[in-house]
Amino acid sequence: MTTTIAKKGMNLTVKNIQAFYGESKAVKGVSIDFPANKITALIGPSGCGKSTLVRCLNRMHEEGSSASVRGKVLLNEENIYGADVDPVSVRRTIGMVFQKPNPFPTMSILDNVLAGPRLSGDRAHATRKHAEQALRDVGLWAEVKHKLNRPAADLSGGQQQRLCIARAIALEPEVLLMDEPCSALDPISTQRIEELVLRLKKRFTIVMVTHNLQQAQRVADRTAFMLDGELIEVAATSNLFNKPKDSRTKKYVTGQFG
Amino acid sequence: MSVFIATSRRRLVTNVLIKSLLLAGVIAALLPLVLVIGYVFAKGLPAFSADFFLTDPTGAFFGDQGGIRSAIIGTFAIVGLASLIAIPTGIALAVYLNEIGKKSKLASGIRYGVDILTGVPSIVFGLFIYSVLVIGDFMTGFAAWKGSLALALLMLPVVIRAGEVSLAMVPTTLREAALALGAPRWRVILFVVLPSAVSGLVTGSLLAIARTAGETAPLLFTVLGAQALTMSFVEPMNSLPLQIFNDIRQPNPDLVTRAWGAALTLILLILVTTLIARFAARRNRI
Repeated sequence: MTTTIAKKGMNLTVKNIQAFYGESKAVKGVSIDFPANKITALIGPSGCGKSTLVRCLNRMHEEGSSASVRGKVLLNEENIYGADVDPVSVRRTIGMVFQKPNPFPTMSILDNVLAGPRLSGDRAHATRKHAEQALRDVGLWAEVKHKLNRPAADLSGGQQQRLCIARAIALEPEVLLMDEPCSALDPISTQRIEELVLRLKKRFTIVMVTHNLQQAQRVADRTAFMLDGELIEVAATSNLFNKPKDSRTKKYVTGQFG
Repeated sequence: MSVFIATSRRRLVTNVLIKSLLLAGVIAALLPLVLVIGYVFAKGLPAFSADFFLTDPTGAFFGDQGGIRSAIIGTFAIVGLASLIAIPTGIALAVYLNEIGKKSKLASGIRYGVDILTGVPSIVFGLFIYSVLVIGDFMTGFAAWKGSLALALLMLPVVIRAGEVSLAMVPTTLREAALALGAPRWRVILFVVLPSAVSGLVTGSLLAIARTAGETAPLLFTVLGAQALTMSFVEPMNSLPLQIFNDIRQPNPDLVTRAWGAALTLILLILVTTLIARFAARRNRI
């Protein structure tokens, strides 16, 4: 059974975000909307700032040494960079999946799924039943139900990444950020993740960085093209790929550079 | 004609030469080790008996001289208390250096201090405790806990350095994963970083224990030594290095043999500790 309960998500609005590494500016004032229950893909050549932008959306960017952020990110009208907002609570509400599957190697499969609720002190969600639901949601339950106490490292790369997604959604966030979630995976695993992401958008607002233009076309409702730290164009995916307004977007999506 | 060019004679000669130099180096390094351990075994093994391990030294010069029970238990007690002081403190400092302070002025100050502490001879720690706590203005008298304190000072830099290295080996991606789940920093450290570094932390701690277990100088001025078994940390206590130090100087071959027996016991204890450290390092590596 895969009962992905539909749920009205929250809009994420980015207003003139600038991200710095020391003095150098990686994101140069980007404003963009990520509508609820839609998948927005971020594309662009390496080093264009798309990963940095995503890391600004759950206040992870500022964790790096000498990294800083300016601008606003509104989740349902509330600025996550507000003076009285705790970054820790932002990250509970805006989940993240990383490029390389990164399950905790010292924990079992079950403990990995429950790591979010446990690490954030949310006892109510740290139950086995809750973990089972999260694992069912990512379609991993049948594969792991007989070995929940095995180390997470026993799983294949694709399974590990689905485990990481289960770990992120076990916290029941509003937004799911995915930083090239398939770039370390084989095509079959990639396909499974894509199907999963399409199911998950019924519940979450999804932002997905990808290097794979076909992937953006397969899953994204909207696609944003970034270049040199700037947002060049954002549009419905088919429009961006078929009728790009900007010549640089056109060059990129037709494979003339990048 | 072969497609392969024949290796020149000069190269062959150089090869043999370098190989024998390396072999000579290996022998030069291993020989003293084998000789020392072999000698201690030869001298100490005759002392071993059930009584040797199960009775306390009597202090008698003639007749029943007793074994080394109080020395073995004293070593465990003194080194144990030293570990209880140094290991948590050292790991806490390592966590500060690697996870919290990182590039702060305080952190580099601590690193500098740790480097200096590493170079301080062990007898200086003994003298320090002696002048402050044994003949000090506020406190006088020999006591086991003062020896533990001296040993703890000796262990501290080893634990901190080893701890910092093993924490640095924990991949940043794991910290990020935990932070992204809304974990406060202290929970990230306690439940993700430390468990991932545990094998390195255990190894570092056990090596520090092994290094200090044989120290004599810091104990001479602080613990003094004793004959009878005591579990009181506020009194002088016996320990293996002190037993060896006292026995080996006696003009009685039986007591000298007991010193060798105690030395062999100490070597075996340290060997076991080191082996455990190795084993811990091999298991659950990231």
